[in-house]
Amino acid sequence: MERYYQPEIETMPRDQLRALQDERLVKQVRHVWDNVPYYRTKMEAKGVTPDDIKGVADLHKLPFVTKADLRDAYPYGLMGKPKKDCVRIHSTSGTTGKRVMAFYTQHDVDLWEDCCARALVAAGATEEDVCQVAYGYGLFTGGAGLHGGSHKVGCLTIPISSGNTERQIGFMQDLSSTILCCTPSYAAYLGESMKEMGLGPDDIPLKAGIFGAEAWSEEMRQDIQNTLGIKAYDIYGLTELSGPGVSFECSAQAGMHVNEDHFIAEIIDPDTGEVLPEGSKGELVFTSLTKEAFPLLRYRTRDICQLNYEPCSCGRTHVRMAKPMGRSDDMLIIRGVNVFPSQIETVLLNNGYAANYQIIVDRVNHTDTLEVRVEMTPEMFTDNLGEIDKRQKELVAGLRSMLGLSAKVTLVAPKSIVRSEGKAVRVIDKRKI
Amino acid sequence: MSVKQISVFLENKPGELNALTGVLADHNIDMRAMSLSETNEFGIARIIVDRPLDTATLLKDAGYVCTVTTVLAVDIPHVPGGLNQVLNILSDAKINLEYGYAFLGGRKDSAYMVFRVADNAAATAALRAKGIQVVEEGELESL
Repeated sequence: MERYYQPEIETMPRDQLRALQDERLVKQVRHVWDNVPYYRTKMEAKGVTPDDIKGVADLHKLPFVTKADLRDAYPYGLMGKPKKDCVRIHSTSGTTGKRVMAFYTQHDVDLWEDCCARALVAAGATEEDVCQVAYGYGLFTGGAGLHGGSHKVGCLTIPISSGNTERQIGFMQDLSSTILCCTPSYAAYLGESMKEMGLGPDDIPLKAGIFGAEAWSEEMRQDIQNTLGIKAYDIYGLTELSGPGVSFECSAQAGMHVNEDHFIAEIIDPDTGEVLPEGSKGELVFTSLTKEAFPLLRYRTRDICQLNYEPCSCGRTHVRMAKPMGRSDDMLIIRGVNVFPSQIETVLLNNGYAANYQIIVDRVNHTDTLEVRVEMTPEMFTDNLGEIDKRQKELVAGLRSMLGLSAKVTLVAPKSIVRSEGKAVRVIDKRKI
Repeated sequence: MSVKQISVFLENKPGELNALTGVLADHNIDMRAMSLSETNEFGIARIIVDRPLDTATLLKDAGYVCTVTTVLAVDIPHVPGGLNQVLNILSDAKINLEYGYAFLGGRKDSAYMVFRVADNAAATAALRAKGIQVVEEGELESL
């Protein structure tokens, strides 16, 4: 028997859902026009006013918001509410140019947590469950989102955050955690670590996991399900739109239901910007219908994706999106694992190194290799070789934990990483594929 | 009771040490002692020079990562068993050596040994109590 967190919304007939979206879109466009001069200027340049938007059918008339807009308007330029009405920010990692920062009113936080709660309930969570949130806490949306969702469901929530694998496994055993929330690569890593510790799926009572924040394959799902003895569910989200919970998998594990009462999904041709017919493969674009503090209209995600409007066996009526099939940004695929340079940078910064690094990817004997060259800094240098070695090993462990990949770390002399026009060349991919 | 040693991070590749000594030569820095430690990819050059603080500043300006460490320099009688006698004292005092290196310092009857220990004061006290000379600040620099 399928359970829902908000059954009346999650199973709402599609015509009613469309009417709700129409009504919310009209209101949201008005809100943005009145409160976000940056976007209003874009609308004016396109000759569109709120009067032109009577419902979802008119959505295509609105201009897109891109990452470049986020950069131009950074940090406060796309805010829809004055600071006094906002209660929180979240942010992605990455250098200033790449960092995404989003703002939330209390109402925004509340709706976001509802979205995460829907994902948890779809994965089988009830108030009887013990939910171990092993996403990073802090600026990253993963920890806060699933933490809030877990509270809403009434699970006993363990805010353990990411890392410290032995402690994670210790908590799972001691507190009998039943739900695990983290990145899929960390879930896989936890599984491997358990094996190394001589533990099998029967040694932990875990029953389900919600794994997002990076793309993962069906093979990886099978692998995680087998090693941890759980059902593994995907969850999708973007900091720009709130965080995890924009869409989530149900018991069918066949696509992620977009929370369409809060977000409208479109598929466009990434070159022309034209909306593509139902079922087409193209770039995913989202419009947030209910966000107050950071109300993005037609935000281009850069994820290449497909939407499925077929009814789902779980009873939810909301459209399902496929796992994103590709991107048009700096993501690398190394030994089947998706690696963003910003993830590596996060680990470096967390470990006290500066963001002066270079990623070298190569293929040796049919196997991808990942080397991270890091410039030595005065802060990280010590006269003690053993201490330097220890810090280097911690960095390798941190990268492994973040990426689910082992990387070779090479410490190099200051300023030895080639900078072109003042900016370092971050990635050298020597593979011939 | 102690001397200032400069530890410099170097990559383990041809020409790196040469570049470092080049900087010292260009600035008329005179080295009293040197020790090299290495891993596969990088090493630390530990040097004792006539003008340690000036040297640290100019190395930093030249883009090196370096640190000034206070180490113990001990006068070792230049006779068989000379070092053994000193180490006996440190061993009895339960003082652990992180690393050490020797140099002659141009004298016939004694040599110097540089030791890195956690507690310079304790090591100095233990050695002096047994009549071993510990080199004062400035003494090595002015050799």
